[in-house]
Amino acid sequence: MTTTIYIPRDSAAISVGADFVANKLAQLDEVEIIRNGSRGLFWLEPMVEVQTDQGRIAYGPVTADQIDGLIEAGMLEGKQDHALCLGKTDDIPYLAKQQRLTFERAGLIDPVSLEDYTAHEGYQGLQRALGMTGQACVDEVKASGLRGRGGAAFPTGIKWQTVLDAPGEKKYIVCNADEGDSGTFADRLQMEADPFGLIEGMTIAGITVGADKGYIYLREEYPHAHQILNEAIANAEQHNWLGDNIQNSGKHFHLEVRLGAKSYICGEETALLESLEGKRGVVRAKPPLPALEGLFGKPTIVNNVLSLSSIPGIFAKGAAHYADFGMGRSRGTMPFQLAGNLKQPGLVELAFGVTLRELLEDFGGGSASGRPLRAVQVGGPLGPYMPESQWDTQMDYEALIQIGGMLGHGGLVAFDDSVDMAEQARFSMEFCAEESCGKCTPCRVGAVRGVETIDKIRANDERAQNTELLKNLCNTMEKGSLCAMGGMTPFPVMSALNHFGEDFEK
Amino acid sequence: MIASTKHQAVLTAINDNKELEGALLPILHQIQHDLGHIPSEHVADIAEALNLSRAEVHGVVSFYHTFTTKPHGQHVIEVCRAESCQAKGGREIEAAVKEALGVDYEQTTDDGQITLEPVYCLGNCACSPSIKIDSQIYGRLTTQSVEDLIQSLRSEQH
Ligand SMILES: Cc1cc2nc3c(=O)[nH]c(=O)nc-3n(C[C@H](O)[C@H](O)[C@H](O)COP(=O)(O)O)c2cc1C
Ligand code: SF4
Ligand code: FES
Repeated sequence: MTTTIYIPRDSAAISVGADFVANKLAQLDEVEIIRNGSRGLFWLEPMVEVQTDQGRIAYGPVTADQIDGLIEAGMLEGKQDHALCLGKTDDIPYLAKQQRLTFERAGLIDPVSLEDYTAHEGYQGLQRALGMTGQACVDEVKASGLRGRGGAAFPTGIKWQTVLDAPGEKKYIVCNADEGDSGTFADRLQMEADPFGLIEGMTIAGITVGADKGYIYLREEYPHAHQILNEAIANAEQHNWLGDNIQNSGKHFHLEVRLGAKSYICGEETALLESLEGKRGVVRAKPPLPALEGLFGKPTIVNNVLSLSSIPGIFAKGAAHYADFGMGRSRGTMPFQLAGNLKQPGLVELAFGVTLRELLEDFGGGSASGRPLRAVQVGGPLGPYMPESQWDTQMDYEALIQIGGMLGHGGLVAFDDSVDMAEQARFSMEFCAEESCGKCTPCRVGAVRGVETIDKIRANDERAQNTELLKNLCNTMEKGSLCAMGGMTPFPVMSALNHFGEDFEK
Repeated sequence: MIASTKHQAVLTAINDNKELEGALLPILHQIQHDLGHIPSEHVADIAEALNLSRAEVHGVVSFYHTFTTKPHGQHVIEVCRAESCQAKGGREIEAAVKEALGVDYEQTTDDGQITLEPVYCLGNCACSPSIKIDSQIYGRLTTQSVEDLIQSLRSEQH
């Protein structure tokens, strides 16, 4: 009898040895190896799962040289005596406690198998959308309450309405897969674990607003995702889920992946469009909105990977199902990404409203180093550092804005008490100086001045005056920058100064 | 690589991509991939094919960190400098790599083999600290494991 074994082809799993494990397993007789996506329980990667009558049994983190011992201990029969056995995958508390909607299929399926995808609700959303008018589709998205997961949290349905209503024959769907925020990896995980989810979401967007061409703007730093997306697109084309006259519907949608070129600002949607057009990634002034004058001047939907990947489920299960999760104006689920100095880093998809502390402690398991946690940066490199007094904040767009923070793309980076917060503040300014598109002075020049000023404060060179100067500089950047790069770099800097001021006086 | 072959690679990249919408980045990516840099002396060909000025093409090349006008080494090591890796000892990794290679960022080892570059997040933050060597990402590194990786990269070459 052949045993089915799963070992992820996810790039994080590979970064810690999954390919070696897979090669070792491939030498066994009577096993079928499926390279699935990751479940997102990254501290357990490489995680091997064995299919049994009772479901999948997980083992991890596994190294290639542990395979012989695992086999001896009955791994292929799903025996659970070995120290690396984690029991049934579905019962691992970290996973069992989650509410997976967008990531429902992650790790369950072979990411590039259409058969697997359609056996797990895949393309049911598109089938339904094909029978609806564009307006009915937009109404469905509006009813779901979905807001953009790329950072700005703009209501997706309203964006789609604008593009639907925009006059013009030619329209585009652009997926923002630039995922530049440090501490975030949900887009990558999604594209590597369930690329058809994104492809289906973009196709639904296309038929909704009458766009027949889509681009995925993927950051160059993700070569595995690139490979997997291209395989999936080729499969979808071959089975007429992409291309002309999709499933005999009379609708057309073509999709292409384009690579970025190591520029953080190209994640900003207008810089991204410039880049796709083959230009320098300089931010455009708004208006005009990209929805009206986007790629090559045409009406364009620009949405994040997670926003688009949430669409198939919303259409398959109905908008109400999605909107039932969450709190206040934050509907549905958010894929939080636990990173930095945590014992159990990984992807945690939950309804909005969970507290930061629950994420750090119940899921993250506290620090990896064993030292006390001290600061958590929420929402990427432009997000503030939150001290422990703020960890009971509920993770919801509005609640975070109220305390001067932001949820952004849902990344949390935890630091233990060995962190030097003045050094972190300096890095934020340095990063801004490095990645600024150069269009406005407060950002371009301010960030360089910011680095110099923090250096002086740390060197105790006219500390009081330079601290005042830093505050003024932050104020100028916040008020006078065209986009959030210059406008929000002050968030991490000022939060470090306000909550961890002692680090600037060492 | 001899000049004419270089020119050939540029012309091939142009021909492979020039019909695409927004063809410039795909062309530059292909050249950077094939030659390890964008040869300034052939920028004119790209400009002409896309009906752009040379200054426009130069402007794009210089804007993006990926594109370089100097050839890089046979291998490129990118060290993640961003926050999640910092929280897990990334700064020590950074120092160890610089020490082992004897170069700083944007520099190539004397033997022309390895170029060192910074990168701001590899999406591998749940397995920090991370580096990328050519197209392979490595996670949960220690200063020891990173030195071993560099060692084996070097011994591969001899
Ligand atoms: C400096 C900067 C960087 C950004 N980087 C990203 C990014 O990497 N990925 C992303 O989806 N959105 C990013 N955004 C947000 C986009 O501008 C835009 O809001 C988003 O793509 C819209 O999609 P959504 O509504 O689905 O979130 C960034 C914004 C700024 C100001
Ligand atoms: S704030 Fe910075 S990145 Fe944004 S437009 Fe101005 S210069 Fe460019
Ligand atoms: S911060 Fe280093 S991989 Fe994300």
